[in-house]
Amino acid sequence: MSIGGTLKGFGVTFSHMFKPVVTEEYPEQRKPPAPRYHGRHILNRWPDGLEKCIGCELCAWACPADAIFVEGADNTEDERFSPGERYAQTYQINYARCIFCGLCIEACPTRSLTMSNEYELARDNRRDLIFTKEMLLAPLLPGMERPPHDMRLGETEKDYYVGALENPGTSAGAEHYKGGQA
Amino acid sequence: MGIEEKVPTGVLLTTVEKLVNWSRKASFWPATFGLACCAIEMMATGAARYDLARFGMEVFRASPRQADLMIVAGRVSQKMAPVLRQIYDQMPEPRWVLSMGVCASSGGMFNNYAIVQGVDHIVPVDMYLPGCPPRPEMLIDAILRLHDKVMAEPLGDRRRRMIEARVERDGPPIVAPGAMPSSYRFDKAKRAEWTKAVAQGREEQLRIQKWMEERANLSGGAK
Repeated sequence: MSIGGTLKGFGVTFSHMFKPVVTEEYPEQRKPPAPRYHGRHILNRWPDGLEKCIGCELCAWACPADAIFVEGADNTEDERFSPGERYAQTYQINYARCIFCGLCIEACPTRSLTMSNEYELARDNRRDLIFTKEMLLAPLLPGMERPPHDMRLGETEKDYYVGALENPGTSAGAEHYKGGQA
Repeated sequence: MGIEEKVPTGVLLTTVEKLVNWSRKASFWPATFGLACCAIEMMATGAARYDLARFGMEVFRASPRQADLMIVAGRVSQKMAPVLRQIYDQMPEPRWVLSMGVCASSGGMFNNYAIVQGVDHIVPVDMYLPGCPPRPEMLIDAILRLHDKVMAEPLGDRRRRMIEARVERDGPPIVAPGAMPSSYRFDKAKRAEWTKAVAQGREEQLRIQKWMEERANLSGGAK
């Protein structure tokens, strides 16, 4: 009497041999996460290579885990890192604390801080989990020049911010385009 | 670390070392130590979609005596700390500890009197995995990095001295074991790219660049 039930049970197992495999072959094939996935941060650059970060520390204030450390300094005429008065001399994110909530991204007034979808962050010591400014800064794309240098996109920082919608630099995709893309 | 320390030196060769290390990493049984939300992701990693059985670690041992790896998944309260230490002490050597999630790694957002500020205050940690909670790929990545470290472990004192002497002579390897992201390490072209970037000190920029290219292909974003 129970043989029928047993066969039925094994039948369910057996039928799975003919169903598509759901397993993701992670290290060999990496499936891209959702476009808005909260991965590690990027400190963005303007199209001429200047840094977007103005060292205002709003991200550090917004951070619920106290993972961000910023130290601002003044731009001078000879050494200019960002348009406007100030730039971040030191910028550190401690990934042993960061909970990837994105409140820092919301707090950032210049779209300097955005998030990528990169998630492979494991390290074997705590020191390596503290990302410095050099590690967080976006790569220099073609047409960008490593700061310090003068403002190339306008006379004042206002020209940068007004032009940000058309010419956002490396934070493209985090902006609201007119076409509603991204 | 284990029995091989007692074996007379000079008998074991690098091939044996490789074999021993391979057998250790290829059946890396974790002890169940789910403490909070990270445990949910740990369970997801064990389930069909991510399938830890691909790496020979489908059995989450409830008995520490049969486990090699302790995945501390979640925040450790001060009250839980002695329990954690006891489970660690019960595990046979060689044993490894993976601190999963920011709470286990450093206390995370719980910077208060109730939570241990990093599980490395109690047990030695071999791999720190940030994220709140880390997605299953992140856990797999951390485990695979740990595999890489296990494979580089010297067998016995004599071999350890040999490796130390080599490091002194030629300098440390460009990419330390366990420092390369798994998706790069398992792809020959990307591995070479990463090694080159590390030599130039721009590996994090390489990652962002790759991501920007990938996203541009997906949605027409960054140019």
